[in-house]
Amino acid sequence: MPSATFAGKVVAVNDEGFLENPDEWSEEIASAIARAEGIELTEQHWRVIKFMRAEYAEKGTGPTVRVLGKTSGVSIKELYLLFPKGPAKLAAKIAGIPKPRGCI
Amino acid sequence: MGSRIVILGGGTGGTLAANRLRRVVGDDVAVVVVDHDNSHVYQPGLLFVPFGLTHLDEIVRPRQHQFHRGIEFHQAAVDHVDLGAQQVLLEDGIALDYDVLVVATGATLLPEETEGLTGRGWMEKMFTFYTPPGAVALHDALAWFDEGRLVVGVVDLPIKCPVAPLEFCFLADWYFRQRGIRDRIELTYVTPLDGAFTTRVAAATLAGLLREKGVELVTEFNTGEVDGPGGRLISYDDREVGFDLAVMVPLHGGAPYVGRSPGLGDELNFVPTDEHTLQARSWPNVFVIGDAANVPTSKAGSVTHFEGEVLVENVRRFLAGEPLDRTFDGHSNCFIETGFSKALLIDFNYDTEPLPGHFPTSVGLPLLKESRLNHLGKLMFQWFYWHSLLPGRDIPGIGSAMPEHGKHREPAPL
Ligand SMILES: Cc1cc2nc3c(=O)[nH]c(=O)nc-3n(C[C@H](O)[C@H](O)[C@H](O)COP(=O)(O)OP(=O)(O)OC[C@H]3O[C@@H](n4cnc5c(N)ncnc54)[C@H](O)[C@@H]3O)c2cc1C
Repeated sequence: MPSATFAGKVVAVNDEGFLENPDEWSEEIASAIARAEGIELTEQHWRVIKFMRAEYAEKGTGPTVRVLGKTSGVSIKELYLLFPKGPAKLAAKIAGIPKPRGCI
Repeated sequence: MGSRIVILGGGTGGTLAANRLRRVVGDDVAVVVVDHDNSHVYQPGLLFVPFGLTHLDEIVRPRQHQFHRGIEFHQAAVDHVDLGAQQVLLEDGIALDYDVLVVATGATLLPEETEGLTGRGWMEKMFTFYTPPGAVALHDALAWFDEGRLVVGVVDLPIKCPVAPLEFCFLADWYFRQRGIRDRIELTYVTPLDGAFTTRVAAATLAGLLREKGVELVTEFNTGEVDGPGGRLISYDDREVGFDLAVMVPLHGGAPYVGRSPGLGDELNFVPTDEHTLQARSWPNVFVIGDAANVPTSKAGSVTHFEGEVLVENVRRFLAGEPLDRTFDGHSNCFIETGFSKALLIDFNYDTEPLPGHFPTSVGLPLLKESRLNHLGKLMFQWFYWHSLLPGRDIPGIGSAMPEHGKHREPAPL
C-alpha cells in the first residue's frame, strides 16, 4: 500500500492519494494535502471540509457536489472556485475521507 | 385482523411488488396501489423511439391491466405521507391508513434545476429521451438533422439506467450511418464522471467502443448552464461544449411528495433505505423498492426486479413479526445496445464490478463483449417485462443473487 508524508507524518493513502484511514487526519495534514494540490485553505474552504467530515461521520460516504451545493451553504459555483475541477473529490481528499462513492 | 399494505407508485416496482405480495399474504390483507396516472411505460423502450425503432403505442399499456385480481388500484397523486399517523394523504382529499407502506414512486426528472435547460431552445434544439413526449419530439428533430454537432450530455448522477445515454451515442452512430451522412455529423458524449462509466473495467470497454465509433468523450464536465440560443453547454468551471442539437439527461431526484413527508427522504428526495433488507431507515413499517431508494446500485428495472424477492419476503416477515432477510446484494444486469444489431451485457452487485466472462454460467451470454445474442436478449427483455417481471415471476435460471459462475476474476489492468 502506498504511503505519503504530510506535515511530517507518514500516512497510508490509496492509488489516488486519498487517506486510507480518516482517523489519521489532522488539520495540519489537510493544509499539506491542499498545498500539494495548489490550494491555500481559507475559512470558506474549512467550512466545506468540516461539513464533509461531519457528513462522512454520519453517513459513511462523502456528499456529491450536488448535495454539497444544496446542504453546505456554499453554492456549486463557489465550490468550483474553492476546489477547482472536482469539488466533491478534491474536498474529500483534503478532508481525509474516501472519494465519494459515485453512483453506479 | 385484516391489515392493509399501501404501495405508492404503480410502475415497475409497485406493480411487481403488488403482484408478488398478493400471492404471499393472506386474503385478509388488503393490497392497495396508488398512482397518479394509468399509463405504464416500458421505459427501456424510450431509447429506441428517437430512432424510429419502436413507437410509443408499442411500449405503453394501461397500468390497471398489469395488476392481478385482489389488488385495489387507486388513481390519485400522493400529496404526502404522515409516518407517525401511518397515513397517506392523497391530492384528491382521501386519506389511506396503512400497516405497511411500500414506496415505489421512482425517480423524477428535474430539467428546470439546470439553468437555461428548459429556457429558449428546450424541445427545439435541446431534448431528452427520458420522457415519452421528449422521445417523440427528438424523433422528429433527428429526422431533420443532417449536419452539425450532436452532443449527448449527462448533467449529474444518479440517473436511471446510467448506460442509456451511452447506448444513445452508439445508436446515433448507427442511425447516421444508415442515412449515409455520418461524415457530416460530429458526435460528442459529455459526462461528469472521470471516464465513460463509473466502474473501471466497464469504463475502459465502453470508452473503447466510443472511440471505435468516432464519438468524442468529454469527462469531468459538470453542466451548470445550458445556453440554448448560443448552442453551448457551460460547466461550473467555465468550460464550454458547443452543440447544434443537445440530447440531455436531466438531473434526477425522488418524487416531490417525499420532500413534503417529514422524515421520509434525503436532500434529493430519495428514501434512505437499508441496502440489504430494503427497509426504510426512518420507520420500520416502510419498505422501498426501485429508483426511489438511495441504495448504492443502478437505478434500473433489473435491479427493481431482483429487489422484489427480498422486499416481499421482508414485508411478509414484518407482518409476521419475524426478523428480516438481509440478502439483497445490489444485483444489476443491463444489456447495452451498441447498434448494428449487437449489444453488450453487464452484470454486477454492490461488491463486484462488471467483469468479462459469461452469464449466468460459462455457457451463457457473453459479458462485456458485443454480440448479436445480447441484442436478442435486449429485445426479449420487453416480452419478459410484461409477461414475467411485472406479474412477479422469476426468470428461469436467474435468481436475485448475482451469479459468480462464468465470471473472469483475473485482476483487471489499472
Ligand atoms: C430511457 C430509459 C431507459 C432505460 N433502460 C433500462 C434498461 O435497459 N434496463 C433496465 O433494467 N432499466 C432501464 N431503465 C430504468 C427502469 O425503467 C427503471 O429503473 C424502473 O422503471 C424503476 O422502477 P420504479 O418502480 O422504481 O419506478 P417507475 O417504474 O418509474 O414507477 C414510479 C411510479 O410512481 C408514480 N408516481 C410518482 N410520483 C407519484 C405521486 N406523487 N403520486 C402517485 N404516483 C406517483 C409514477 O407515475 C410511476 O408510475 C430505463 C429508464 C429510462 C428512462
